[in-house]
Amino acid sequence: MSPLTLPPPDRFSLRGKPVAAAEHVELLVVGAGAAGCAAAIAAANAGVSVMLVDENPVSAGLVGMDVPLHFGGRATNAVQTPERLVERVLETSPALAEAFELGVDVRLSTNVWGAWVKAPGLVLAGGLAGLADETKSWFVGFDRLIVAAGARDLNFTFQGSDQPGVMGAQGFDTLLTRYDAFAGRRLAIVGSGELAIRTAEKALERGLEVAALIELRDAPQGPAEAVARLVARGVEIVTGHVPLAAHGDADGVRRLVVAHRDDADHRREIACDTVVMALATVPVIELLDVLGAKRLMAPERGGHVPVVAEGGATSLSEVFVAGDCAGLGGDAQGSGRRAALAALASLGRTSEALAEAPDISPAPGDPAEPASAGLAYQLEWAQAMLATGGPDVLACLCEDVTRGEVLGVRPPRYLGWRSNTLARRDLVTLAEDGPINQDQIKRLTRACMGPCQARRCREQVALMMALGANVAPETVPLAGYRAPVRPLPLSVLADWQESADMDAGWNVWFGIATQWIGYEDIGTEREAEQLRAGMPY
Amino acid sequence: MSEIGTGTSVVVVGGGVTGLSAAWWLARSGVAVTVIEKGIVGFEASGRNGGGCTHYQSPLFHEEQRLWPQMDELLGYPTEYQRGRIVFQVDPRKERFHEGLAMRLPSGYAWDVLDPRQVRELVPLAGDNVVSGVHFHFGGHANPQRTSQAYAWAAQDHGARILQHTAVRGFETAGGRVTGVETAGGTIGCDALVIAAGPQTGRLVAMLGHDLPMAAARAEMIVTEPLEMMPITGVDGNGLYGRQTLRGNLAYGGGPHEWFGDVGLEETPPKPSGSVTRNIARRVAELLPKAAHARVIRSWAGVIENTPDGRPVIERLAAPDNVTVATMSSVGFGLSPASGRAIRDLVLDGACSFADLEKLRLSRFEGLARDWRDGLNWLPPEAVISAAVS
Ligand SMILES: Cc1cc2nc3c(=O)[nH]c(=O)nc-3n(C[C@H](O)[C@H](O)[C@H](O)COP(=O)(O)OP(=O)(O)OC[C@H]3O[C@@H](n4cnc5c(N)ncnc54)[C@H](O)[C@@H]3O)c2cc1C
Repeated sequence: MSPLTLPPPDRFSLRGKPVAAAEHVELLVVGAGAAGCAAAIAAANAGVSVMLVDENPVSAGLVGMDVPLHFGGRATNAVQTPERLVERVLETSPALAEAFELGVDVRLSTNVWGAWVKAPGLVLAGGLAGLADETKSWFVGFDRLIVAAGARDLNFTFQGSDQPGVMGAQGFDTLLTRYDAFAGRRLAIVGSGELAIRTAEKALERGLEVAALIELRDAPQGPAEAVARLVARGVEIVTGHVPLAAHGDADGVRRLVVAHRDDADHRREIACDTVVMALATVPVIELLDVLGAKRLMAPERGGHVPVVAEGGATSLSEVFVAGDCAGLGGDAQGSGRRAALAALASLGRTSEALAEAPDISPAPGDPAEPASAGLAYQLEWAQAMLATGGPDVLACLCEDVTRGEVLGVRPPRYLGWRSNTLARRDLVTLAEDGPINQDQIKRLTRACMGPCQARRCREQVALMMALGANVAPETVPLAGYRAPVRPLPLSVLADWQESADMDAGWNVWFGIATQWIGYEDIGTEREAEQLRAGMPY
Repeated sequence: MSEIGTGTSVVVVGGGVTGLSAAWWLARSGVAVTVIEKGIVGFEASGRNGGGCTHYQSPLFHEEQRLWPQMDELLGYPTEYQRGRIVFQVDPRKERFHEGLAMRLPSGYAWDVLDPRQVRELVPLAGDNVVSGVHFHFGGHANPQRTSQAYAWAAQDHGARILQHTAVRGFETAGGRVTGVETAGGTIGCDALVIAAGPQTGRLVAMLGHDLPMAAARAEMIVTEPLEMMPITGVDGNGLYGRQTLRGNLAYGGGPHEWFGDVGLEETPPKPSGSVTRNIARRVAELLPKAAHARVIRSWAGVIENTPDGRPVIERLAAPDNVTVATMSSVGFGLSPASGRAIRDLVLDGACSFADLEKLRLSRFEGLARDWRDGLNWLPPEAVISAAVS
């Protein structure tokens, strides 16, 4: 029995290495859409220091990666010079201009890639947010945070949907109206609900052609009068069909083949240069999940949404939500104002002007209330797309993972792995060992692991998992979001102004000197010698 | 639920690589094994680590090196093991780091010292700032999550049972032996018990009357988008550990860890807090300047177990004498093929057949001061007010 040798006191832990915020604001608002602007304006009117951050206009690099929206390679050259788009973004948002005039510290082309309150390693009074622009990243401290990050598109892939010309309705709207940088001419729109109709109307208004709306069910889902108006303007409503394949050339899509949902051989072709996926939007909850705000599955509010109380309060006392990211629908401006009021009240800075803002939006969904149709409509789409398109279609574009590989829980193809034991494994056998989990499928198949950070595949992979394991889609747990929630170059994310303490107290692992002494040497003179020499690196 | 089968039945608490490898080795020996895991197999440190398999300090080192190249075939599932590792430095103060290594590396394992030009030849993403490097022709890396699942599936293929989402809350003892483990779903009987519960091992062992001093900490890693494959993927240095994955992503960690006060038995794993994310990114950009443009797409954090001297405890207890305890003190992934085999030997034969583990006994901590964590400064960060420095 050798005597115990203890290592020297630890100087390599986070203790004594606090994260430094470069700036501090009372209220940080993320997202300068209707909700975020309304919140910022209301708070500024009450005399609070407000920073309003929005990533738009985003860089061409991100547009090309389909971040933060599914731009589908249909942007014009205008996105190469985001500086010039700034003016356009301001023009299209009078509220943003108003916020500017009120002295709100508006930061455009700036993203928030992470936010934390009382996280491990960050024992904070308020909170901390990680910001980045094209060249650098930094931390901003805040007393209160309002997340008004909006919604992104629900995407389903089909054969050929990885070429330019297949995009989401939100991506389309941003290019068309916010950036004036949409490159397509003739659209096929997937979906026939309000989102699809709104998309078609905007396109027509701007002089674009809309060839068709494609709907899986037998009848269009949106209001009959609105559908009739589209039909009168020459838009065909193709019901009972789903996209099967997009064909094109070097410039992307030229035509879309749709198939009858029950018979893949029953097809027709639609000439178009753009396919807009306009089935549904999904609340952007990534920062809220990084923050650790409580969530619930509420299909009627768009899927995974934060648990929200009066005034947009979340389970975290410093964090409030407004607009679509709090759950789809409702009055975005009103929810922004109310979130500002609630945030201010929680700081002890209630404003009377604000207190009068009436609540005209529907009450947040009661978590106990059973969802009417759940994700049934989305699941129907997933099912029909799988039945018609088959298992060889990519479910995850970045990582080149097919639907069949998700269903079969296959390791990535580049491993070139085959074994009989592996062939016997699939989602059904995995589900026998316990409830399926998207993070597990992610790690095993790599679906949702790519640079687009799963914006184009997250929901459809979850639906595919539900189909494969034969469980209700609402029960598939959310694959967790992790910072940075925007793909940032190493050189941008890097802290080039790191403190001397950080550098001096840095070790590759724990820096426990005794840990690395060779077993043979423990308790011998060689142990002492090595401890004196210090860690090799 | 009471008896789980006839013959010897072993319950393994903890579905990390240590417990899973042990279960696989036991199942291969024809033993009826049940792994009880509070979450999903490999979802804690075992699926969140750097994947490094180069632990020259360990008595299990030789077995670690012997087994890894065979693991894919033995398990029947891919681990992504890649042999070899390059470590290089870009900080002039560390130019002669290989001298420290030479003091420590056991004989019989080939390695070369590299000059900056040689480093750049082997590591295309390296830059002009290289000061020196080493190339190990042993060791290497594997994919942690894939390996964890491979152990679990391979153990099942040999008849092992894996109970996920089941936390062990206590033990039943009779006649000086553990006869069952208590879970929310009932008591599961056993002839022998293995406790390999990572950071929770100390709490569980305490229920059997033993004091296993341990502290838990959190560490973070970041990962970039995929880049072109380098000829050797096990490349690190500049205060980082990590690798290029077989997909091409750069996955690196290092730097300050955060000590936790206490980790509850059923706590969910923490996410990264951003407290070292940017510092890791900086070091990766310095190490591999030609990858500085690569986008970071994720980060993660894991909870890690450590004993006061940073060395494992792998021991069959004297009382209750059918209990084997294993905690690997923060480097348990790479050693897992060997630690599982050692546990199998201890459970079935009472002694490890291929390595001396005497110095890793729990009794070395007898007489350790109660406030040992204060002495070692293994303490959580103090409260900090977020304040602008401008
Ligand atoms: C970021 C990071 C990087 C690392 N890098 C490396 C590296 O490069 N090389 C290396 O070798 N090591 C590395 N490590 C360390 C390594 O991951 C761990 O040492 C190793 O995974 C420990 O495995 P384990 O099975 O002993 O413990 P764990 O992986 O912690 O598994 C223990 C399991 O027990 C379960 N459990 C706990 N309590 C109970 C209960 N009451 N009932 C049921 N189940 C329970 C837990 O849920 C858990 O799944 C790293 C760790 C981290 C976090």
